[in-house]
Amino acid sequence: MTYKIGIDVGGTNTDAVVLDGRRVVASVKSPTTQDVTTGILNALTSVLNDAHHPTVSSVFIGTTHFINAIAQRRNLARVAVVRLATPPQSLGPMVDWPEDLRGAVNGGTYICAGGAQFDGSLLSELDEHSLRGIAEEIRQTDIRHVALSSVFSPVNADPEKRAEEILREELPGVSITPATKVGQVGLLARENAAILNAALLDLAGEVVDGLEKVVCEAGVTAPILLSQNDGTVMTVDRARQFPIFTVASGPTNSMRGAALLTGIDNAVVVDVGGTTSDIGLLQNGFPRESTVALDLAGVRSNFRVPDVLSLALGGGTRISDDGETVGPESVGFRITQEAKVFGGPSLTFTDIAVASGVRGIGEPGAAVDIPSATVSRSLEIAGDLLVRTIDRAKLSSRDVPVIAVGGGASLLSAVPVLEHLNIPENAGVANAVGAAFAEAGAEVDTTVFLDDNLTRSDALDQVKAEAVSLAIEAGADPENVRFIEVEDIPLAYLPGGMRIRVRVVGPFVAPAETAERTK
Amino acid sequence: MRMIDEAALSDITLGATVLGSGGGGDPYLGWLLAREAVRTHGPVPLVDLVDVPDDAYIVFVAGMGAPGALLEKIPRAAEYERIVAEMESYTGRKIDFLCPAEAGGLNAVTPFASAAPTGLPVVDADAMGRAFPFLEMCTPTLHGGSTTPLVMIDEHHNTVCLSTQTNHWAESFTRAAAVASGASAVMALYPMTGSQAKQWLIPGTVTQAEQLGRTIREARDAHTSPVDAVLADQNGTLLFTGKVVDVDRRTERGWTSGTATLSGMDTFEDHSMVVHFQNENLAAVRDGEVIVTTPDLIMALELDTGEPIPAEEIRYGYRVAVIGMPCNPIWRTENGLKLSGPRRFGYDMDFRPIEELT
Repeated sequence: MTYKIGIDVGGTNTDAVVLDGRRVVASVKSPTTQDVTTGILNALTSVLNDAHHPTVSSVFIGTTHFINAIAQRRNLARVAVVRLATPPQSLGPMVDWPEDLRGAVNGGTYICAGGAQFDGSLLSELDEHSLRGIAEEIRQTDIRHVALSSVFSPVNADPEKRAEEILREELPGVSITPATKVGQVGLLARENAAILNAALLDLAGEVVDGLEKVVCEAGVTAPILLSQNDGTVMTVDRARQFPIFTVASGPTNSMRGAALLTGIDNAVVVDVGGTTSDIGLLQNGFPRESTVALDLAGVRSNFRVPDVLSLALGGGTRISDDGETVGPESVGFRITQEAKVFGGPSLTFTDIAVASGVRGIGEPGAAVDIPSATVSRSLEIAGDLLVRTIDRAKLSSRDVPVIAVGGGASLLSAVPVLEHLNIPENAGVANAVGAAFAEAGAEVDTTVFLDDNLTRSDALDQVKAEAVSLAIEAGADPENVRFIEVEDIPLAYLPGGMRIRVRVVGPFVAPAETAERTK
Repeated sequence: MRMIDEAALSDITLGATVLGSGGGGDPYLGWLLAREAVRTHGPVPLVDLVDVPDDAYIVFVAGMGAPGALLEKIPRAAEYERIVAEMESYTGRKIDFLCPAEAGGLNAVTPFASAAPTGLPVVDADAMGRAFPFLEMCTPTLHGGSTTPLVMIDEHHNTVCLSTQTNHWAESFTRAAAVASGASAVMALYPMTGSQAKQWLIPGTVTQAEQLGRTIREARDAHTSPVDAVLADQNGTLLFTGKVVDVDRRTERGWTSGTATLSGMDTFEDHSMVVHFQNENLAAVRDGEVIVTTPDLIMALELDTGEPIPAEEIRYGYRVAVIGMPCNPIWRTENGLKLSGPRRFGYDMDFRPIEELT
């Protein structure tokens, strides 16, 4: 019998779970430490003890290391950006970035003739001579990371591939992130994702080394996998190259965890934290992904992340004495000092929930003085906020089950209007469960042009085959891959043009020989 | 005359998205380009239509192509600067003023990217008062004005100089030429004199867009309702408040078209609305009755934020206020309706002025 370990590193807590299939064998919450890895080691050691040192097949980790680095502009490397387009470009790389982030990351921007047209034909020949000149300029700097983008590379990636070869030849030891590998249609957004990825590479090396070290120190030799934004996992070797794929794994893991804990694959998930509730739609066990540009710490990017609506309602949300004002202010992580049920002075959503009968949080006696009118009015307002946001998260008017997870999940049982709410056991560690539930997968998002030689169904088959082979490469069980999404959208004003998007997943198959009994 | 700076451009962009009536193209890249131009060359003078001398020479500047292509082949300042000289060389006349062709969407801001580097002023007017999908749907067409001589250029240094028999031909030729150049090009078109402009164009629409954008921004900053602010500030009518319960979207001949069905809220409880769109919102049907159609404006704003929702992006769950606004009277003439009325877009509906609602 082998077990999976799931770890979720959050802003406040590091959660760890041991899973036997879908069953949670042991779970632990431990404070996230400044260096992050000590907190992981503490949580891991503790949960392994609780589970009596099981045989571990793999360790799944969801971490906020990288998103925090971007948000705080810390530990970011400088990046040189090379764009294949028609020079000169007016809206150059990082044109729409916040100034402080651009200041931290900009290591020079270069434009080289190249790229493709919407139909895949060449925009202009790749100017190899000029590209080698750019490489020479980069060599004269201390920049070790390059982000490379190319116009219409999602339709024709050849110019970008050729430029990558040349840059690798000219700049040995310098990392190259081709934008086509990290983003979709939309040059600026795709390029932004590539630049952020390149800026995170030094940190990624350190983080992966640190994770390997602590997992080893905890006596586990099973492979380590990192959660990606789309609910699939990647190996640590891939994480060293593509840290950007982890930045939104938090919401994904909580939604995936909700599916695992309840056995419900189509639902609205409400992840209740201290300050906000994140609300998203689970479709076939995976989060529905956002279709619009994502604002990541002020940068527009377009890699796929869950479409999550954030509502300013959490355990620490402040409530006015008459119950008429619910948030948006929150006492946040100071809840355990500030809330009345924890002996503090502030009336919070947690106090209201306890006053209406929710148990297992703080001292219920401290909530008995809250006037019942305040309780009922604030719950009515909170219920209205929740129902409205849940409704927006849904795609159709059909009734959809609602699942609450997160540290504050139980608070929602106080809200009268949410009577059919599912609050699973272990809701508080849904993130870690979701991390361990991750599968391997791949997504292909491309644009094709149909003509006499290429029918729609041929085009779909080609893209599907490519996605399957990429998923298998990422570790998906070849016998059990399945399509999560197959979508084709005709392009406005472009006759014959069609955007095809295919997502494939399958259970992650760990190389058997690496699963060993822990010491 | 007054100067349009970065802050004013932001307000114009937001307002132009509203006046786009669900279409007109996402002005984000146009705004970025104009913003960079203003940062480099300084603010752009905006001149009232009445102050334009009768013998002045005026042209529209506009981007043309597929929104999907623009996202990859992002616009360059070079073309927006060069188009002015190319048009002057083709027509043999010195251009005195630039003007937006449409008050809604991307092309409400692109003329500023040409004006900043050339030092030309922009006229506070346009030829639609909103956004429409075809070149000939401009007010000069109704007065016998011609789309051509027209110049179209692309980033490959290709130049198309066009002269056509009808404005509809101009649309057909430029559409084909834009695809040939990679579905992204820049045009100067509808050259006219100052006296013609005063008869043909809709005055004050740049200021209207700016005012609309500022109203929404200020309401957001003050945490009051942007929708109420827009209704109080503009000549708008609240057609409906409700939730999108169904969206049926089809792509026909390369055009996005479809319907959004809304279920009523607040004062519209127990009522329903269907909004028909083809790029732009074109008809609003309340409880089975057609209440507003193109060319009057139909705009869907997100209820809480006042954010204009493009027809391409509207989906289940949005809570929206649907606002109607009268179009310029010229569109309501017989010829105006032939060019822009519901039947022009294939709907079996008659135009009814929005004022008849009250």
